[in-house]
Amino acid sequence: MKAIRNLFDKAKPHFEKGGKFHMFKSVFGGFETFLFVPNHTNKNGTHIRDYVDLKRTMVIVVVSLIPALLFGMYNIGYQHNLAVGETADFWQTFFYGFIRVLPIVVVSYVTGLGIEFATAQMRGHEINEGFLVSGMLIPLVMPINTPLWMIAVATAFAVIFGKEVFGGTGMNILNPALTARAFLFFAYPSFMSGDSVWTRIGAGNHAVDGFSGATAMAQAAQGHPITYSVSDMFFGFIPGSIGETSTLAILIGAAILLWTGVGSWKIMLSAVLGGTVMGLLLNIFAVNAYMAVPFWEHFIMGGFAFGVVFMATDPVSAAQTPKGKWIYGFLIGFLAILIRVINPAYPEGVMLAILLMNVFAPLIDHYVVESNIKRRMKRATVKA
Amino acid sequence: MSNVIKLKRGLDIQLKGRAEKILDQMDRPDTFAIKPTDFHGLTPKLAAKEGDKVKAGSPLFFDKYQPEVKYVSPVSGEVVAVNRGERRKILEVVVKADGENQSEEFRKANPADLSRDEVREELLRSGLWPAFKMRPYGVVARPDENPRDIFISCFDSAPLAPDYDYILSGEESAWQTGLDALSKLTDGKIYLGLPAEGANKVFANSKGVEINRFQGPHPAGNVGIQLHTVAPLAKNEVVWTIQPQDVVAIGKLFEKGIYDPSRIIAFAGSEVKEPRYYRTWVGANLAGLFKGRLTNDHVRFISGNVLTGNRIESDGFLGFYDSMVSVIPEGDYYEAFGWALPGFNKFSPSHTFFSWLGSKKKKYRLDTNMHGEERAFVVSGEYEKVLPMDILPVYLLKAILANDIDKMEKLGIYDVVEEDMALCEYVCTSKIQVQSILRKGIDSMIKELG
Repeated sequence: MKAIRNLFDKAKPHFEKGGKFHMFKSVFGGFETFLFVPNHTNKNGTHIRDYVDLKRTMVIVVVSLIPALLFGMYNIGYQHNLAVGETADFWQTFFYGFIRVLPIVVVSYVTGLGIEFATAQMRGHEINEGFLVSGMLIPLVMPINTPLWMIAVATAFAVIFGKEVFGGTGMNILNPALTARAFLFFAYPSFMSGDSVWTRIGAGNHAVDGFSGATAMAQAAQGHPITYSVSDMFFGFIPGSIGETSTLAILIGAAILLWTGVGSWKIMLSAVLGGTVMGLLLNIFAVNAYMAVPFWEHFIMGGFAFGVVFMATDPVSAAQTPKGKWIYGFLIGFLAILIRVINPAYPEGVMLAILLMNVFAPLIDHYVVESNIKRRMKRATVKA
Repeated sequence: MSNVIKLKRGLDIQLKGRAEKILDQMDRPDTFAIKPTDFHGLTPKLAAKEGDKVKAGSPLFFDKYQPEVKYVSPVSGEVVAVNRGERRKILEVVVKADGENQSEEFRKANPADLSRDEVREELLRSGLWPAFKMRPYGVVARPDENPRDIFISCFDSAPLAPDYDYILSGEESAWQTGLDALSKLTDGKIYLGLPAEGANKVFANSKGVEINRFQGPHPAGNVGIQLHTVAPLAKNEVVWTIQPQDVVAIGKLFEKGIYDPSRIIAFAGSEVKEPRYYRTWVGANLAGLFKGRLTNDHVRFISGNVLTGNRIESDGFLGFYDSMVSVIPEGDYYEAFGWALPGFNKFSPSHTFFSWLGSKKKKYRLDTNMHGEERAFVVSGEYEKVLPMDILPVYLLKAILANDIDKMEKLGIYDVVEEDMALCEYVCTSKIQVQSILRKGIDSMIKELG
């Protein structure tokens, strides 16, 4: 490490103002701060600082996504085996998924980070850590059969129009990863829904007779009974987006987020509460099979768990006041189930519910702030 | 009678090097200095030039806009330097002590027999007036105002802070005389904030005051938090605050008729060989204190605590309001992959580093490294956890950044000064300079509204 440090120290003057590589200052800075926590000290104000920084926070989220990612890889192989009627051992199954998911992850990171570096350089800013998480979220919310170029286009759209036009990390209104998915969902709907997108069959293979590839939600939406067992849905042996199928893997991630304090428990809990209320209401007034699906099954189907744990809790696009978080989370759960069950066009409501609430989060916060102001004013006049 | 108020939100940062309760005498330094920069918003006008002879209690400079508020020399001697910074701003007025201990004569009297004007006159003349700060804004109190109440916090919950009950034991009579003088200055009450337990030697038996006890982590000992909890400020109300050692100095002024600049400070921090208490003076040069008492020479000297204190040089002077001096290691090093390592030894109130595996009582040696770079606000909800006030701190800061006076007022800028939000700055993931933003906001409030 010492040698690398010396190298950086030697190279640094060339990237400072007046140096011949000044135009690459942000890129240099990005690499330097990735390798070394800088030697900045507190000048005034507090003389000591918490060790946590944005990089650490982002890394925690990435770590909490790893169980879902690994299981997703395995499940891709597992679903493939089911579809083509093959048997394979654990490692073969995992490897099948691994080599198909890895390129998606790589494309997402390369595209996104490339744009981040370029915009930071253009503005003369430091490179922000925000995309570390988005780059991992984007692959996990995609169906496995999404072409790589589409991933690249969606990522570019999300980073540029979802984030950079607002000023970069911390300024965006919508969750970038969901923006990417929503972009594909509306631009290329045939690649984002239907029964054939979730399972990798592979060229030259044929699906076995009777294989449908429909997700649990698609079955329910069409009025068919759900053919997947509760335990399969919980552990994740069902078709779906790469990272969303295993509720167990997501719960492990949730535990990491909650214990480290990186994810908001208020949002997660209230979203589940909102989903429960809506689910119960639908159960009570059930007139079709989908409405009769027990409310708790919604939590293990589709993207509900993934969205609530990893997407709704994105601190930038979520509500930021403590009370606002309760309202925001509740409405996400409530609307997600409503859209899912009532709207025939979209079998998955979580993405739209979160994006909708992203847009409303500032409004919710506004009212929470106003009520705080009113309460304080009232207290002041009572005293006077 | 006292009731215990429980505050849940906050944070105690466990640092190494708490001062042992042993009192040492610091050698009398050659030079002393009063620093106009200790007093926010002050425009100083010099009252003494280089070469002038002064006594303890003779004015060195005064406030241009309130000439009756004087800032006096703590010792008798000669003014040897007026150190200036950028744009000739006065940073320090240095006095070389002559060792004769001559003091200006002030009136000896029982404050109970004096009128409000007489008490105020004495305090202004003796240079003890600047010990009063006003809320809102945390600037030196304006003598012509009639404060609603006076608040005194009798304990300091900041990291490594001194124990006032220990410092002032034996000064009970001066303490009470000081309180009597204070009671002349307000029609309201004098509120004392005591810790949930202890502090019984000096403070618990005070007369003519209302006592509240506070339980909870830092900033429970901050007078602003206590004020906000007990009797929050309404618009246009003013409350004064003062620290216990200054109350005792006021008591001595009336009991003995002299300006007594002596203070006891805690000399603490992980780089101090034997952290303990020292008897010293307001504005004392600390070079003699540091010499030979440190374990390491690459350190940060802080007059005050590690959250709100001012950085000083190794030959710097004790600040006017400070009851402690902290010494911690400098952190100007690079750490390879510091953000990715498990961090068993990296204290963080979030559980993002594995230091949560360690004992809660474990003491840490923390340095001045920022552990990251400044970013936009990203993580929400972390400030609220360490600020036990009914305030939305991030919204307040954003209002200040947008220079929206109306919003600042509504969001509670009158309730806070830097020390109250220092922990927000400490925990901030985005490394935002909370305290300097807040001071900027307070400055523009003063400018706009007076």
